[in-house]
Amino acid sequence: MTIAITPTQAPVAVDEDKCIAEKGCTVCVDVCPLDVLAIDLVKKKAFMQFDECWYCLPCETDCPTGAVQVSIPYLLR
Amino acid sequence: MKRIDLQYDLVVIGGGTGGPMAAVKAKERNPQLKVLLVDKANVKRSGAISMGMDGLNNAVIPGHATPEQYVKEITVANDGIVDQEAVMAYAAGSFDMIQELDRWGVKFEKDETGDYAVRKVHHLGSYVLPMPEGHHMKKILYRQLKRGRVEVTNRVVVTRVLTGADGAVNAVLGFDCRTADFYVIRCKAAVISTGAAGRIGLPASGYLMGTYENPTNCGDGHAMAYHAGADLANLECFQINPLIKDYNGPACAYVTGPFGGFTANSKGERFIECDYWSGQMMLEFHRELQSGNGPVFLKLDHLAEETIGEIEHILHTNERPSRGRFHEKRGNDYRSEMVEMHISEIGFCSGHSASGIHINARGETSVKGLYAAGDCASVPHNYMLGAFVYGRLCGENAAEYCDGRNPLAVDEDAVEAERARIAAPLGRGDGLTPFQIEYKTRRLVNDYLQPPKITRKYEIALRRFDEIREDALQMTAANPHELMRAIEAHSILDCAEMAARASLFRTESRWGLYHHYVDFPERNDADWFCHSLLSKGADGAMSLRKKAVEPYIVAIDEQERTAYQRLRVAPSAAAA
Ligand SMILES: Cc1cc2nc3c(=O)[nH]c(=O)nc-3n(C[C@H](O)[C@H](O)[C@H](O)COP(=O)(O)OP(=O)(O)OC[C@H]3O[C@@H](n4cnc5c(N)ncnc54)[C@H](O)[C@@H]3O)c2cc1C
Ligand code: SF4
Ligand code: SF4
Repeated sequence: MTIAITPTQAPVAVDEDKCIAEKGCTVCVDVCPLDVLAIDLVKKKAFMQFDECWYCLPCETDCPTGAVQVSIPYLLR
Repeated sequence: MKRIDLQYDLVVIGGGTGGPMAAVKAKERNPQLKVLLVDKANVKRSGAISMGMDGLNNAVIPGHATPEQYVKEITVANDGIVDQEAVMAYAAGSFDMIQELDRWGVKFEKDETGDYAVRKVHHLGSYVLPMPEGHHMKKILYRQLKRGRVEVTNRVVVTRVLTGADGAVNAVLGFDCRTADFYVIRCKAAVISTGAAGRIGLPASGYLMGTYENPTNCGDGHAMAYHAGADLANLECFQINPLIKDYNGPACAYVTGPFGGFTANSKGERFIECDYWSGQMMLEFHRELQSGNGPVFLKLDHLAEETIGEIEHILHTNERPSRGRFHEKRGNDYRSEMVEMHISEIGFCSGHSASGIHINARGETSVKGLYAAGDCASVPHNYMLGAFVYGRLCGENAAEYCDGRNPLAVDEDAVEAERARIAAPLGRGDGLTPFQIEYKTRRLVNDYLQPPKITRKYEIALRRFDEIREDALQMTAANPHELMRAIEAHSILDCAEMAARASLFRTESRWGLYHHYVDFPERNDADWFCHSLLSKGADGAMSLRKKAVEPYIVAIDEQERTAYQRLRVAPSAAAA
């Protein structure tokens, strides 16, 4: 059997103009308790890799440039 | 999978609330001690207090409450099934801990005279101390970890605690959730402070991580204690909370109660005398939902503008700060509309109810060298301050225990078996995903285990869990992150089975909705005025036994004994 993927809209958005991951920042990735954020190695920007969010906000609060915007996940919004 | 071998005196598992305190206090007791704090997340922002906390739920402060009063309150709220000595150890250490936190920079609400501004939310006494500026908790703890020179390893998921031939702890095993490196950490003692088991049931929204608890806390600690041979106490006393519907976080009556907010039915009427979270309160909540008077709401729309402003400031900047944007999206303004509440899915959490890894007043589990603190340990209604006080007790006692101990050799066969268990999903290109296994387990928990409890449903659940256990052997993980979810799914299955077996064992009803057993609807003190203990039997299966309630050190009179059973507002009062 193969593995199929069900796409979902990620509740966390990163403003790529503001994100300074290319300068070595990984703050949001470091603080997320669920470890669902990552740095896109090609774009050098943070993004939400796994849709497993507790809408707790450390990523948004601790980002030095205000690039992260957390929405309540759609299923419970 | 690379293997990494480390050696420490003490390993603290979980760096949320109780864990950092245990590590700091162990180092204070013995600065020479090698202490490692391990967390599957990052201790800077991990655990229940990731974004701070808006108040102490159980402060025992001279002039407002005495330790004896508090022990009484908790005894009564738990239908008598408590180890009073363990509750007393918390109560006696409560005020010292508050003063220490105050010195560390935690800001508690004080009145004009500089005294702590304690509020009444419980049925009998006053123990709630607001922390309107409580969002710095984690920063303050982190500073103490640095000051105390505690070594920290983040993103390592601990899976097992091993014991030597003498039955005492000698190693902690786990893996890195980013690299999948396998960790073997030899040690003399370990403290488990992995928080609640918050991912047993499925939130009604269907979103796996939309839980009340921080979803990192999935019951790993309960599972590792079980597999290490430790006793777990009163697991049938589930945690079930009254939460904002769909958001699944606290509203919270502790914050709004002292300001005049209260739990109401759809007519806007009060139906319970006291909003303190107890099994009885949840049973009345459940009855109101069933009665046709639901939904149940938190009523704030009668309060003055400045009061609501203050409530908003606390609820929207602290603890679960995304509450504000949740309400905003729905256009739910506290001024004009009540907030719809609901009953949460089940979990294990001594912080709020009374179940967990069994410990005594020294924080010791039934396994030598193994300690437990906080939401995962069995001391009831411990909340945040209880996690700190027991963190301290565990840290200090474990430090003393380590003195002069030479642990026996680690069983390499057991290490290899665990390595193979962890590695298995990574090697499979094909199979069921961790999401599928976890979702199905938790969906069945809702279908069959959510109270009211019914024997036949529980028996079906156990059969289904066995089937999922078979299926789980085919789990596949594409990367170390998914591997973490796969291994967590095993912990969740262990906890689901424990919840079912413990519930079937106690053939009576107790603790309101928490153990509302339809086949045995009455409380039966003659046969069941006791703890239940679950452990791994000689045959490897779950085994249960009774344990007598320890002799009381604070007497409870008849009037007090039934206080929590009279929560429903009398009909005439409700109509008024
Ligand atoms: C939303 C919410 C509101 C609350 N409000 C209040 C309040 O107002 N007042 C109050 O007094 N109490 C409140 N509480 C309760 C209080 O926060 C908890 O009782 C307390 O923080 C529990 O501390 P702990 O150390 O047991 O768990 P946590 O602080 O949750 O720490 C557990 C840690 O273990 C780690 N971990 C889990 N599994 C593993 C593993 N396998 N390997 C390594 N690490 C692992 C986690 O990452 C986490 O850091 C609230 C709780 C919640 C969830
Ligand atoms: S914290 Fe902000 S700036 Fe840093 S990587 Fe994340 S989004 Fe980019
Ligand atoms: S809101 Fe919390 S869980 Fe979601 S991405 Fe941010 S830090 Fe992670």
